[in-house]
Amino acid sequence: MPLPAPDAARPAAAAPAAAAAAAPAATHRAGWLAVGLLVASALLMLLGASVGSTGFDSVLRMAHDPVALQIVWDIRLPRTAGAWLAGALLGLAGAVAQGLFRNPLADPYLLGSASGAALGGALAMAFFGVSPTAAQWLARVGVTGMAFLGATGAVLLTLALARGVQHTLRLLLAGVIVGVVLGAARDLVELASPDILQAMQAFTLGSTSFVGWVACALMAAAWALSAGAAWALARALDGLTLGEATAASLGLPLGPMRAGLVAAMALATGTAVAQTGLIAFVGLAAPHLVRSIARVTHQRHVLLSSLMGATLLLAADILARWALAPQELPVGVLTAALGGSYLLWLMHRRSVQGGAL
Amino acid sequence: MPCPILTLLTTSLVLATATLPAVAMDITDARGRTQSFPKPPDRIVSLLPSLTETVCALDQCHRLVGVDRYSNWPEAVQRLPQVGGGIDPNIEAIVALKPDVVLLAASSRASDRLEALGIKVVALEPKTHADVRRVLATMGQLLGVPAAQGADRVWRVIDAGVQAATQSLPARAQNVRVYFEVSRGPYAAGESSFIGETLTRLGVRNVVPAALGPFPRLNPEFVVRARPQIILIGNRSMQQAVFYPGWDSLPAVRDNRICAFGPGEADVVVRPGPRMAEAARIMARCIADKAP
Repeated sequence: MPLPAPDAARPAAAAPAAAAAAAPAATHRAGWLAVGLLVASALLMLLGASVGSTGFDSVLRMAHDPVALQIVWDIRLPRTAGAWLAGALLGLAGAVAQGLFRNPLADPYLLGSASGAALGGALAMAFFGVSPTAAQWLARVGVTGMAFLGATGAVLLTLALARGVQHTLRLLLAGVIVGVVLGAARDLVELASPDILQAMQAFTLGSTSFVGWVACALMAAAWALSAGAAWALARALDGLTLGEATAASLGLPLGPMRAGLVAAMALATGTAVAQTGLIAFVGLAAPHLVRSIARVTHQRHVLLSSLMGATLLLAADILARWALAPQELPVGVLTAALGGSYLLWLMHRRSVQGGAL
Repeated sequence: MPCPILTLLTTSLVLATATLPAVAMDITDARGRTQSFPKPPDRIVSLLPSLTETVCALDQCHRLVGVDRYSNWPEAVQRLPQVGGGIDPNIEAIVALKPDVVLLAASSRASDRLEALGIKVVALEPKTHADVRRVLATMGQLLGVPAAQGADRVWRVIDAGVQAATQSLPARAQNVRVYFEVSRGPYAAGESSFIGETLTRLGVRNVVPAALGPFPRLNPEFVVRARPQIILIGNRSMQQAVFYPGWDSLPAVRDNRICAFGPGEADVVVRPGPRMAEAARIMARCIADKAP
């Protein structure tokens, strides 16, 4: 994805810190936003437990029908929680990426993790059944494990190409290049075994239907780790909004802080992608939506974006289950369509008022 | 020719007597996983059209309680609840049907999730004639149908049907050079695919050698150079067949020696299941019709 030079975006990204410093009202609004998102999440969780192809019926018969209980407890609830957690991970990674690269177009997949995950998944699918030993080994790791390995590998490759995290622009370029190269590698794998094409399409559209409690636990752990890191290192993001030189002159140890932020972003993205596939747009849209409501320092901004992403993805997932019931839409299609149109509307409104997004 | 067939028949008879249904069945699926079934499953969900057809070919259609959205044969399965596709199955709808076993492709991601929910999964993915025969045997064993009345009988019918289709071809169609396009790309059916195996048994020559793999994506140039005499196309979507640049000069295109199989026929031709004999008949009919 071509991106404008980081400097072009500086005013937009610099605004939150400045605005927050100036107005305690913004902090107040951020508090209300957090409460609102949490309440919305709770309501959507309840709704998520009652929506599915078997309808509300399952909830009513839960008490005396073991299958209905299983449907609600082992399918709908982990899936609902999984959508929330995946959204939270992507929102968090998106906010960190936009802060780190000082670019409002940055998204969680920027360091090549999306193409890496897709390549890992494609390899896993292609080698199932080719040789029995490979199949046995792969069956244990699975498509999910391979996707996570792929995402991690891609980020490491990007870091190696960029020779560390010192230069933002180099990191950005390396990420784009790794993305393109790994995408081509995936195309080669798909060409060699065309019968995985359909399965790969399902993977790239994203879906929460394979999420169980174990996946939820993994995502929750990853969220705790990466949100903790982002919270602790958010000062670097605030410093970076003023430019690298200023940030360095503030005495911030930029190198280690950046490395920590990249690690948090990679962990969050890799975990979400491995469990749910490439869900588009949540990571890009969530920080923008938060910024359009409350401009606060990054410490609050990353957590609010995470909450926003979670609420967004959960709502989209419920809609995906509901819209065509008993059939299902891939949730990634909905997030892109809904998030995209809202963002377009927001941009339109801003440009009419003469402001920038 | 009769000698190998005789050997095949005797071997299958020996096999048939050797694999009489036991009380508890151990089923090994395509993933190499062995599971024990105390009794044949009564409630089956199938997520692969060829497996749906196999269940019905063994006269056990009544045990199906749900199918994927692409399963459309025999007609009885069209009335069953649909539980999504093999790639994007609706887990909740499957669990709600309380199946004893779910049949799906080895490449499906749903198997882990379903097994975690305590549902038995048998993954089978027929890709060649030998696979189809093996899947028939496994399914017969799973469903408790004695091989003599089930798997072996169905396989004999398929085998005889393909043989009959071969014999129906006129002499001028022998060794005619054919090219089978599975989908646009062009993705071709090579000699090692089940379609290629059927073509070989029909006695025609596939221009795509086995070395290229079962369904290779070709350069259109390759086909121009190979100069097939008949072009077969599995055209599910019934889109207008638009040929690739340079194909106008191909004799097959110039003389309209093209077999385009519509949605109904294409489903038969591109599924490695019990309808392979019918597929052979469909292809033989068109080849006989178009042979130069």
